[in-house]
Amino acid sequence: MKHRITRRSLLPVLSVWLLLLLGTPLNLATAQDEPTSAPVVMTTQEAMTALQEGPWPDKKLATDFLLKNGDPTLLPQLEELRSNTNRRVRRLIKPIINLLKNKAGLASPDKEARRAAARDLGTRGTPEALPVLKEALFNEKEHWVRYDLEEAIQLLNLDSADPQVKFAAIQKLGDMRSSAALPILQDLTKQQADNLEQQTLKEEAEKASRLIQKWQDVTHGIEMLLQGLSLGSILLLMALGLAIVFGLMGVINMAHGEMMMIGAYATFVVQETFRMYLGEHLFDYYFFFALPCAFFVAAFIGWILEGTLIRFLYGRPLETLLATWGVGLVMIQTARLIFGDLTAVQAPSWLRGSAQVIVGVQLPYNRLFIILLALFSVAGIYLLLFRTGVGLRVRAVLQNRDMSACLGIPTRKLDAYTFAFGSGLAGLAGSALTMVGNVDPELGRNYIVDSFMVVVAGGVGKLAGTITAAFGIGTLNKLLEPSFGAVYGKVIILVLIILFLQIRPSGLFALKGRHLDS
Amino acid sequence: MSRLKSAASNVGAGRAFWIVGAILFAGVPLLNSLPADSFFHVSDFTLNLLGKFFAFAILALGIDLIWGYTGVLSLGHGVFFGLGAYAMGMHLMLGIGTEGVYGNALPDFMVWNQVKELPWFWKPFYSLTFSLAAILLVPMAAAAIFGYFVFRSRIRGVYFSIITQALALVAWLVFNRNETNLGGTNGLTDFKHIQGYSLNEPSTQLVMYMVTILFLGLAYVLCRWITQSRAGRVLIAIRDCEQRVFFSGYSPANYKLFVFVISAGLAGLAGALYVPQVGIITPNQIGVLPSIEMVIWVAVGGRGTLSGAIIGAAGVNFMRSTLTNHFPELWPFFLGGLFIAVVMFFPKGIVGLLRKASVMLPSRQSKVENAATTD
Repeated sequence: MKHRITRRSLLPVLSVWLLLLLGTPLNLATAQDEPTSAPVVMTTQEAMTALQEGPWPDKKLATDFLLKNGDPTLLPQLEELRSNTNRRVRRLIKPIINLLKNKAGLASPDKEARRAAARDLGTRGTPEALPVLKEALFNEKEHWVRYDLEEAIQLLNLDSADPQVKFAAIQKLGDMRSSAALPILQDLTKQQADNLEQQTLKEEAEKASRLIQKWQDVTHGIEMLLQGLSLGSILLLMALGLAIVFGLMGVINMAHGEMMMIGAYATFVVQETFRMYLGEHLFDYYFFFALPCAFFVAAFIGWILEGTLIRFLYGRPLETLLATWGVGLVMIQTARLIFGDLTAVQAPSWLRGSAQVIVGVQLPYNRLFIILLALFSVAGIYLLLFRTGVGLRVRAVLQNRDMSACLGIPTRKLDAYTFAFGSGLAGLAGSALTMVGNVDPELGRNYIVDSFMVVVAGGVGKLAGTITAAFGIGTLNKLLEPSFGAVYGKVIILVLIILFLQIRPSGLFALKGRHLDS
Repeated sequence: MSRLKSAASNVGAGRAFWIVGAILFAGVPLLNSLPADSFFHVSDFTLNLLGKFFAFAILALGIDLIWGYTGVLSLGHGVFFGLGAYAMGMHLMLGIGTEGVYGNALPDFMVWNQVKELPWFWKPFYSLTFSLAAILLVPMAAAAIFGYFVFRSRIRGVYFSIITQALALVAWLVFNRNETNLGGTNGLTDFKHIQGYSLNEPSTQLVMYMVTILFLGLAYVLCRWITQSRAGRVLIAIRDCEQRVFFSGYSPANYKLFVFVISAGLAGLAGALYVPQVGIITPNQIGVLPSIEMVIWVAVGGRGTLSGAIIGAAGVNFMRSTLTNHFPELWPFFLGGLFIAVVMFFPKGIVGLLRKASVMLPSRQSKVENAATTD
């Protein structure tokens, strides 16, 4: 035991030791299989009693002791004590509880828990946490946990009385681009420097905070781009189905949003089924089943819709618009009667949390998943349209319906399949949306206008245009949001789209030709 | 196609117009003055409802002009309706004065939002003249600016519909915000007087009803004048084949812009008549959903016929208030079914059905009569 003992507290310590010496043989007798832990338990218990009943100096001493030697098993006792005691003792106990909690956190097998504990110790911890952190750092292998541990250590070192240590900590934090250190460093730069030593520290702090600030600007930009990318992916997933149905077939499907809603509810139903009939260990895999399920349910409903309604309205887009809006209304109300107003889908555990890309930039797994799903869908559509026989026929029908029919292509069937495929894509988008928000019957209504804007701005009939427009609008939205707010960002984007259509009336990637009517 | 027929029966149409107009303008208020236990008595409540329906009918006339006659489907007319309604609402709001809940000269929601001073754009609405002008001019100006850009870049057909729908969404978002000082989600409400007359008095509501009918008549005459004129024929030509009109040396964009602005003005007028009778205007009455619902009124009544627009607006809204009273969860099914049915089974609406029925009748004379009364 190497901790510092003040003269005043020597007596109680001695008494504790005496008790220890007396107690050890007793304990050894009762618990011989754990001889090493016995004296510690004894001491901590002593400390706990001191904390509970002892006079004030004893309490202080017990606190010091617990800060160094306490272990997380004491937490329940401490918590109980905290709720039953006066304010002064509470203030004494609080750092102990904090430290012990984080100690437990650092020992956790979960990476995120370890990181959270390290960050907490860095910002709220006391110097007593240093050995704990150093030990954890020594044993740690994960890169980002090491980063957080290192950051916490240096943050605690900032309070050090030794100017050498302090200087090194400032330098290190600057090199680490630690954003948690920025406010402290900025405080340091504002302090009055009395001597040369303090002057050097001040200058170093200035340097470090400049470095950190510059890095924050960079990460801010990257973060915005990533957010734009993920919003763009959502828009893209929604607009892809529309681009096929509207762009390729010329059918305005206002119930497209409701196809998304169906996909979302299909996901919800699959989730509930898994929860009810399969064990907890299988629950995490429900999403693999839900995605195709959402696709096929939406595709099937799309197929029925095409067969009963849309096919009578080919070539009359405005009528189709109104009729499908009606279909959407009916679907929304049906969903509301079946499922109620609001349901939430629980993301599987492997989609929760986020990946750290670089210092200060996180990418949530669910967003990453949506980006990947969008890319996967785009790839799938390209392969289907340009590398398969069915795709060839679809494109043939688009170019010249009558000639294709003459050559024996079943145009009616292809129409139905294309529409079903587009609807299925909407179902997929709906399923993906459950990862980022709640499921309610009007889910689709919130997105339909945006998706149409994407298709129109991109150029109808051109998938490349849809992709570009989705990411463009997504990124622009995120760029405008911080300074204008979400609502005015949207207003500005609409204005920009209208102005953009002044220059390119048929969108980004217009079909070249001399036709007047499209 | 129907031009010759309608020209031939202009006289008949005029007579029908005066008869129906007189019934609505004088007959209904007369029935209202009957004793309450009489079978023919029209209650104050019903009268108020009718006033609302016919305010909507003015809006429907405007939509019919742009969609039924010109073939341009606007899904953003709720915005113009809203602009007129909010202009009127702002005037009425300022008319409350210090009688509000907080006893402040500022409207209640501003006190609530801790706005200390009346925003600049509210100030002119103290004046009735300004408000009345704004009711027409603000929606028309908005339509002119929006329409200029949209029609100039030859955005047509479904693209126009989509863009206008986005406009409705944006307007809804903006009107919902608190910092635009337009009452936020709760909109403008709790109106007390109009020009010193209490809005709770049945007599004021009766006058409002009669004013509505008067304006409906004027709007009808205006629309009829436009559709019967040479310009009206160009409009129909644009609907049927825009390219041919373009290559014949006309500028479809200008005609469309003209009709769009007129119909926006009618929508604003409808909004202004709606507000004092219903007593509230919120963003939810001007967003995407109501905007597309307005289109269906015209479709149900019969697009391309002015009487159809009026019949549709009144009929659908009558169904709405009846159904939502008794079976609220059935209304979306009914409305959705209406959308589908009107497109699939009776694309010419009620008026089209009536005409078809009149064709079935043996007498040629009655056919002409019937066509006339419904046109």
